[in-house]
Amino acid sequence: MDRFVRQYSLSGFGQEKQQKLATAKVLIIGAGGLGCPALLYLAAAGVGHITVVDGDIVSLSNLNRQVLFGISDIGKPKVDVVKEYFSQKYNDIQIDGLPFYLSQENCLGIIENHDLVIDGSDNFQTRYMVNDACTLLEKPLIMGSIFQNEGQVSFLNAHGSKSVNYRDIFPEPPEAHEVLNCSETGVLGVLPGIIGSLQASEAIKFLAGYGEVLDGKLLIYDLLIHNSTIFEVEKNPETQGHFPKTPTEFLRMNYALSCGTVQEITWETVADLLTEEDNLLLDIREPHEMPKLEKIDHTQIPMSEVEDHLEDFAQKNRILICCQSGVRSVKTAQKLSSILIGKEFFSIKGGVNALSENLK
Amino acid sequence: MHTTNTKITILAFGVIAEKLGDKILILPQTEDTNQLKKELVSSYPELENLKFTISVNKKLATANTAISPYDEIALLPPFSGG
Repeated sequence: MDRFVRQYSLSGFGQEKQQKLATAKVLIIGAGGLGCPALLYLAAAGVGHITVVDGDIVSLSNLNRQVLFGISDIGKPKVDVVKEYFSQKYNDIQIDGLPFYLSQENCLGIIENHDLVIDGSDNFQTRYMVNDACTLLEKPLIMGSIFQNEGQVSFLNAHGSKSVNYRDIFPEPPEAHEVLNCSETGVLGVLPGIIGSLQASEAIKFLAGYGEVLDGKLLIYDLLIHNSTIFEVEKNPETQGHFPKTPTEFLRMNYALSCGTVQEITWETVADLLTEEDNLLLDIREPHEMPKLEKIDHTQIPMSEVEDHLEDFAQKNRILICCQSGVRSVKTAQKLSSILIGKEFFSIKGGVNALSENLK
Repeated sequence: MHTTNTKITILAFGVIAEKLGDKILILPQTEDTNQLKKELVSSYPELENLKFTISVNKKLATANTAISPYDEIALLPPFSGG
C-alpha cells in the first residue's frame, strides 16, 4: 500500500496514470498565492519532480494567502521554505527550488528541462515572456491569474504551437498605468487557493491523460457568486507576428511594460510607500552630492554603478529612485524597467531639491 | 449606428466592470464588435486606454465579428495577479 491508493481506486484513474505523474517534471513559476496551493496539490498527488522558481522572500502581508508560509518564515527565501516543508512531509517526490526570478536570459534553459509549466507569476511582463518561451519550446503552459474576486485559467500549448496560447486570448500586454497588483487591489486568500488548485487539477489531468483540459478555453471564475464561465478560443492568425520564432528573436524581445512616460511620484507618496517592506528608496547621486538623506531609510548607489548592483533589489518589488533634481532618476527608472522585468520603478519628482527641510 | 432597437447583454469582467459601474449591462445592439467598441469608448472614455478582448456568445472574437439581436457579449481584460 502506498499513499496514492485512493487515486488508484478512483474509477478511470489507476496505477498506470499514477506512474505518469511519478515520472513527470513540472515547473511552477512563483511560490505565491497561486504557486502555494498548486505545489500542495501536485505534491500530494505524487508528481515526481517539481521545480519552483521565485526570487522573493516571505513577508508578513503574504500570509493571508500564501499558505505554505507562516510567521516564523518571514525574511526567508520562499523556495527554501518550500523545499524544507516538503522534505519533511513526503519521501517519494523531489522538489527543487531556484531562488531567483525568471529572466529572458535564463528562462529558455529552465523551461526546456520540464514537461509542463504552471504560471503563478504576478505580473504581465513575466506572463508574456513565459508564454512566448513555452510557445517557442512547445511546452504546455497552465495560465492562472486573479483580480480582486475573479480568476482566469486556461491550458495553453496543449499540442504544441498549433494550440491556443496566451496571445491568442490577449494579443498585447496592457501598459504600465493599466495595471494594479495584489498590494493595491487586495485579495481574499481563498481566491488564489481555488485558482491555484484548478491549475494543479489541469496539470494532473494532462500528465495522467485523465479527463479533459481547458485547451482552447478560457475559464473565468467569480468568487462572489461562484459562477464559472468558459469561453471558446481559437488560434488568432493576427498574433503570429507578435511573438518570437527563434531563441535569438526571443532574447531581443522587450517585455518591459510600455509606459509613455516614467511614473513620477512625490515625496509624500514615498513616505507612504516606504511603510511596505517590499519597497526600496534608491539614491543614485554621486557620493559628494549634498545634502545626504539622513532621516529616511534608503540605499545609495551612484547612477553609473546601479547596473552592477542589481542583486541589491532582488527582494524588492518597487524601487523609488531619487537624484538631485529628478532628471537622472527618470532615465534610471526607464533603464531599469527594461532590465528587471516584473519590478516597478518610480522617479521622485524634483529630486532631493524638492524634499522639505525637516525630512532630509 | 443602431441596427434596430433590439438589445444585447454586456458582461464585464475585471477592471472593466469597475469602469462601466456594473458587471451586467443591457445596451442597444450594434452591427459588429468594432462598432460596439467605438460606442463603449464614447460612453465610457476610460475604456480607450484599456486592453480587453471581446467575446460574442462565449466565443472570443479575434477579428471584427457580427452581432445579432439578443447576443451575449463579454468584455475580458487580462488579469495579472498571482
